[in-house]
Parts: sequence; C-alpha cells; structure tokens
Amino acid sequence: MSTLRVRDVHKSFGSSRGGAAVVQVLRGTDLDVEPGSLVAVLGPSGCGKTTLLRLVAGFDRLDSGSIELDGTLISGPGVHVHPERRRIGVVPQEGAVFPHLSVSANVAFGLARQGRRARVEEMLDLVGLAGLGSRMPHELSGGQLQRVALARALAPRPALVLLDEPFAALDTALRASVRSQVREAIGAVGATAVLVTHDQEEALSVADEVAILFGGRVVQHGQPMSVYSRPATPEVARFLGDAIVLEASSDGTHAVSALGSVRISGATPGRGHVVLRPEQLVVLPRGGGGVAGDVVSTEFFGHDALVTVSLGAHTLVRSRMLGAPHHLAVGTPVSVFVKGEGTYFADPSPDGVPAAMMRG
Amino acid sequence: MLASLPLAYLVLRTVGAGFGEVLDVVWRERTLTLLVRSLSLAAVVTAASLVLGVAWAWVVTRTALPLRRWWLVLGALPLAVPSYLAAYAWISLAPSLPPFAGSALVLTLVCYPYVLLPVAAALTRADPGAEDVARSLGRGPVVTFVSVTLRQVRPAAVAGGLLVALYVLSDFGAVALLRLDTFTRVIYTSYRAGFDPVPAAVLSLVLVLVTGVIAAAELRSRGRARQARLGSGVARRARAVDLGRLRAAASVAGMLTVAGLALAVPLGTVVWWLAGSSRGVDVGDVVSATAATVGLAIVAAALTTIVAAPVGYLAARHPSRVSGWLERLSYVGFALPGIVVALSLVYLGVRLVYPLYQTTTMLVLAYLVLFLPMAVGSIRAAVSATPPVLEEMARSLGRSPTRAFTSVTLPVITPGVLAGAALVAVTVMKELPATLVLRPIGTETLATELWSATAAGAFAAAAPYAAALVLVAIIPAGLLAVRTEVSQR
Repeated sequence: MSTLRVRDVHKSFGSSRGGAAVVQVLRGTDLDVEPGSLVAVLGPSGCGKTTLLRLVAGFDRLDSGSIELDGTLISGPGVHVHPERRRIGVVPQEGAVFPHLSVSANVAFGLARQGRRARVEEMLDLVGLAGLGSRMPHELSGGQLQRVALARALAPRPALVLLDEPFAALDTALRASVRSQVREAIGAVGATAVLVTHDQEEALSVADEVAILFGGRVVQHGQPMSVYSRPATPEVARFLGDAIVLEASSDGTHAVSALGSVRISGATPGRGHVVLRPEQLVVLPRGGGGVAGDVVSTEFFGHDALVTVSLGAHTLVRSRMLGAPHHLAVGTPVSVFVKGEGTYFADPSPDGVPAAMMRG
Repeated sequence: MLASLPLAYLVLRTVGAGFGEVLDVVWRERTLTLLVRSLSLAAVVTAASLVLGVAWAWVVTRTALPLRRWWLVLGALPLAVPSYLAAYAWISLAPSLPPFAGSALVLTLVCYPYVLLPVAAALTRADPGAEDVARSLGRGPVVTFVSVTLRQVRPAAVAGGLLVALYVLSDFGAVALLRLDTFTRVIYTSYRAGFDPVPAAVLSLVLVLVTGVIAAAELRSRGRARQARLGSGVARRARAVDLGRLRAAASVAGMLTVAGLALAVPLGTVVWWLAGSSRGVDVGDVVSATAATVGLAIVAAALTTIVAAPVGYLAARHPSRVSGWLERLSYVGFALPGIVVALSLVYLGVRLVYPLYQTTTMLVLAYLVLFLPMAVGSIRAAVSATPPVLEEMARSLGRSPTRAFTSVTLPVITPGVLAGAALVAVTVMKELPATLVLRPIGTETLATELWSATAAGAFAAAAPYAAALVLVAIIPAGLLAVRTEVSQR
C-alpha cells in the first residue's frame, strides 16, 4: 500500500538541434494516489497519459517537477531512481509478454528464487490462468496474454502498478470480463494502481478515482460519480459522455435556458451555459407542463434508446430512455421534463459563445 | 575501425601517386568500359536474383504446396556452391559459353538465395490483413501482390538485392574463369603483373565509390519505418493459396530446373571427376584441409559476430547519423574485392605489424573486414524486430540494464544472430582470393586446394576437395534455410 505524489511535472520532446519542433507534453501535471486505491488517468489521445506513466515508471526522465513514492523522491531535479529500483509494476498496452519464455517463466521473471514456484501458482490462480503455466505466449489469446502481463507485474508485490490502456486491444465482450478480473486481482493483493485510458466508460466503471488529463494538466480529480455529474469544465462534461450544453442565464439557484428553468447550485447570477446529461431528460407525448418540442429522430440500442427532440428553430436536445421508443415516432409532438440538477458554467466575458451546442 | 583500413590504404596509395597519374587511369576509355560492364553484370544478376528469389519465397510461404520447408531448403543450398566451382562446371559442360551471359547465369544461380531467405522470412511475418483490405477495396490478386505484398517485403528484398549486387561487384572466381573483364579481374591482373600498384588502387577506389552509391541508395529506400510490432494473441497466418494442379506442377518444375542448374551441374561435375580418379587421392590431405576450412570458418564467424553486435544493435535501436555511418562503413569491406583487402592487409602487415604477417590472425582479420556486413545486417534485423518495451518490462521487474539485455533481448535475437554467423561461415568456406594471399605458409584450405588443382587442370585431383567443400558448406547453408520460419499450415 503506497502513496504516489506527482507535483508540477513538465516534459517536452524533440530537441532544438536540427530544427525539430519541441513538443510540450506535460505542463505542470499534479496527481495524488492514495494507498490501495485505483486511479484512472483519463484523457483524449495525445494528452500526455502515456508520457506521465513512463515518467512514473522511470523509463524517461522529467524536465522539472517531482515524483514521490511513499515520501521518497524517485524523480526530481538531479534525482532519477532507475526503474529496476522503484518497485513499480507495469502492464503495457501490448502486454509485452516475453516471447521466449513460458507463462510461468514470465510470471517468475521479477521474483527471487526462494518461494518462486508457490508465488507463480498463486498469481496464475489469481488471474484465472491456473494450469496454463507451461504454455508459450504464442499459444495464448489476447485476453490471456494481458492477464499474464498483469500476473507478471503483480507477482513481485510492487508498491504501485501502472496499467497503460491494458484493455484497448481486446474485443468488447472480452474487455468487460478481463476488466473486472483485473480489478479483482489488484484488489486481492491490495496494490495501489494507476490506470491510463482514453475510454471514459472504462475509467468510470473500474476506478476508485478519476483524474482528467487535458493538454498536459490534470483539470479535474475526483470520484467517478462526482466527476461525471459535476464536471469542472464543459470540455470535461463532453469528454465524459453525452452532454447537452445550452446557453442559459442564472439567478444563483436556477438557470433559464431553452429547457426552461433548471435547478443549479453554487452559481453567480449572470449569463453562461448549463450542462445536462441525456438521461436527465424525460420525453412524454405532448401533455400538460414541460417544454414543448417535436421528435426529430430516434436511435434504438436494445437496452436503451436516444430520442432527439427539436425545441424550436435551432435547438436540438437528446434524451436517453430505457427500453424501446414505441410511442415516440418521428414527428410526434412531445413535452420535455428535466430531472435533477444541472451544472452551470458562467461565461468568462459578457459576450457569450455560440448558441446551443450538442454532442452525440 | 578495422573495416576502413583497406580504404585508407587505397586513398594513401592514390594520393601518393599524384594527381596526373590518377586522372590518367580514371579517364582511360577502358575504365569506362569496365564500369559499364561491371555495373550491367551486377544489374542483370541482381534483377534475375530478385525475380527468382521473390517468386521462390512466395511459393514456399504462401501456397498450399506440400513439403514447402524442404523446397525452401533446396532453394538455399546453392549458397554452398562456390562461384568458381559453378563456373568451372559450366565451362567443362559448355566450353563455348559467352563470357557475359555465362557469368550472369553462374552468378545468379549462386546468388539468388541471398534474396530468397530474407524475403521468405519477411513474407511469413507480413500481416495478411493489409492484403485482405486491398482485395476488399477492389484490387485483383495480382495488383494486390504488387502494390501491397511486395511493399511489405521491400526492405528484405532490397537488403538481399544489395548483398547480391555487392557480391557480383567483388566476385573474382567466376568472372576470372569465364574470362570476363570486370573491375575485379583487371585489378587482380594489374596487381599480379604490375610493379606499379597505382592503377589497381585507383580502380579499386572507383569500385568502392560505386558500392558506396549503391549502399546509400539501399539505406535511403529503407526509410524511417520501424518494423518492431508485437502481435496480441495468436498471430494470424496468411491463407495458403491453392495453386491448382497445373500451376503447382509448373512451380515444382521451375524450382527443380533452377535447383538442377545451380546444384546438379556443379555436383554432377564433381562426381564425374571423382569417378575418373580412383587413385591418387591423399585422404590425409583432404582431411587436414577440411579441418583447416572448418576451423577458420568457425573462428571467423564468431569474431565477426562479436564485432558486428554493437554496430547492428546501435543501427537498430539508436538510429542516428553516427550509427548510420558506422553501418555504412562496415559495408566497405564487402564491396572490395577480396584480393584488394588481402593486399592492403599485406601492405600494412609488412610495414606496421610484421609479426602478424602470414598468420592465421591476419587471415581472420581479412574475413572480418570482408564479411562484417552480413553479420551486421542479420543482427540489425533481429534487434529491430524486438520491441524496446520488452527491455523496459525487464527493468521494471528489477533487472539492471545489462541483465535486462542478457535475459530478454539476447535470447530473443539469438536465432537472428546465429543466422548471421552461419552466413559468414558458409561465405568464409568458399572465399578464395584473400585466403590464397594471406594463408600462413603450409596451411591449405579446401578452397585453395581446389583452386590450385583446377588451375593446373588436374580435375581428378580437384574433385575430392570440391566434394568436401560443398559437403561442409551445405551444413550452415541448410541451417540457414531450416531456421527460416515458414508456416506449416
């Protein structure tokens, strides 16, 4: 059980020699990981997730800032503890299982001779590969290889485990089951873990905490539910899932927009934007109350459906409902209701940004 | 850098000669003729080897032909036939063979395995997904082969083609026997005849320049693409193409014809000589020559591999200007005719390190200079097929950089390194001119015995040496082919 503390880390790539452009990847990244927790670092491609992970693992050196593990400085100005001395396990994207070693030998790679066999058996059991120890990597499927990589990283009881998009190469059905096995395995050994991913569903479902990395900085860090329902910026809101962003004016407790008056909290009066999730909208055939609109299109996914409603000339909103939208054919006049609170962002300047924005 | 010693020697000699004399040699009409002839021979043989090698590789990796591994081994065995033995066999079979066509034929038959082996390996590794995509985008099978499959194996084919071109430019045995005046033959005659070493040195330098241009072109075509790729899960194999009876028969007939020309002609000739000489063969001599040949080949292969390892590793892992030039520099020796390397080492040996003159050490050093690029090439390919993330994983599991290298990278690249060593071994066994000049007094190898016997017209006496040479050289050549991975389904 260990604590990871990343403070104001900067890292650029490319040299000034030869005219190559210098790319700033991390610009003042902070991250705290508490003992025994699994933190997901979530961000779009190119936000610096993998760079951060490589710095923590010690594969690359940082330009400035510091990284501490259990109060010991492992990366900082003039300090660089070599990766083999950090006690940090890594599960890379491709698994990188050693092709010339059997499954058992891969898992045993980081172990001392004493008690090695028992520990290998224990780890293979933990990741659900008992009995496959004598196989060679080319005889395993992608999901199995990923679990070998995990067992190999966990076997030496590392202070911290880093997972770099470990499920990206797996197909959807397999991904869910491997994901839960990995979470159980990490929980079973009580390891502290950092998972890097661009998949918001993965981050929200697996992690105890989510850190959102945008443009080389952590812009929000919190529990999955609070990050999802209280995004720090409209960009974070859109990145975490479908979001309805509407121009609004606030009186401090309510925001008035094309969807009428929506409850908000902790806002200053003025102009801004209100953000809602599609599952907060309830669409019923036109009756009393709510905001009037017309069904423009429906998308059916089996367990749920998305209904797009036009609220007038230029405003479209989406509602997510369980089951099939039998009663909401295209063209049906409907009433739209809002459940729960919205998140309100005041405009930085009086002149606002474009009208209704929507993301699918 | 040892490989550049002969180059330094040539430059010294040329500079020492004065500008006027050098220009004189370069601007002779004969030099231009030689250049055109050597280059056309290299071009013809390289093109023919590429066609033959790629076609053979495709048949053994991508079709449903039975016994494909053995067809691959058969295709690789001509590596064991020295060019001068093949040339001799062809002359005795067809004395009126025209020099240029004859040289092109003989050299193609001994050189195409240099293309076949790397291309077969690359075809096995190539992702068939790209081909499927091309087909789904409306390309026919032939267009797909040209626009996708050939692109995927281009680095391997170009590297093989480079070896062939350099081999042809520096080959001496075949062109000498077929009386085709190329750079090497003229350099050799002018060395042997002349008290004036300048023309030979200048011609050698021109040859080195040509080689430099070819090697630079290869390096450029290699581009910046990194080949390392880790498959997740079971690697997908290309679907085997069913040739149908007619085309399968045609392929088999084609391969048997080439193998017949490349193997049966020289081996048949040797057997015929053997049959004519029931007496007069000193078994002891043959055994001691075989022992010397094998010993030299093993020592040279080991030393070359050790020297090549850092160069190949740097070229693959840290591509930079320095590592690129280092690698190019190692190609210099291979492009030089063995005779030039040998004589420059004699020159240095007599003047600078006399104790080494005419010792086994000197001879092994010559082999090192000559065949370093073979080992460098295989090691570079093996390292760049090993993703750096494997080493990083070993580090994160507590291994120091050195131990991460020895416990992960080294075992993974070992097959490729051994392949390079086998290639060096088989080439050393066949090497003639440098061995002739540099061997210690009293040491005879199979190649030198074979040469002196055939030069004296004593075919019967040559036969046992020829047979022994092909037999020992077949071992590393066969190993190379067996090691090349071909899917069996």
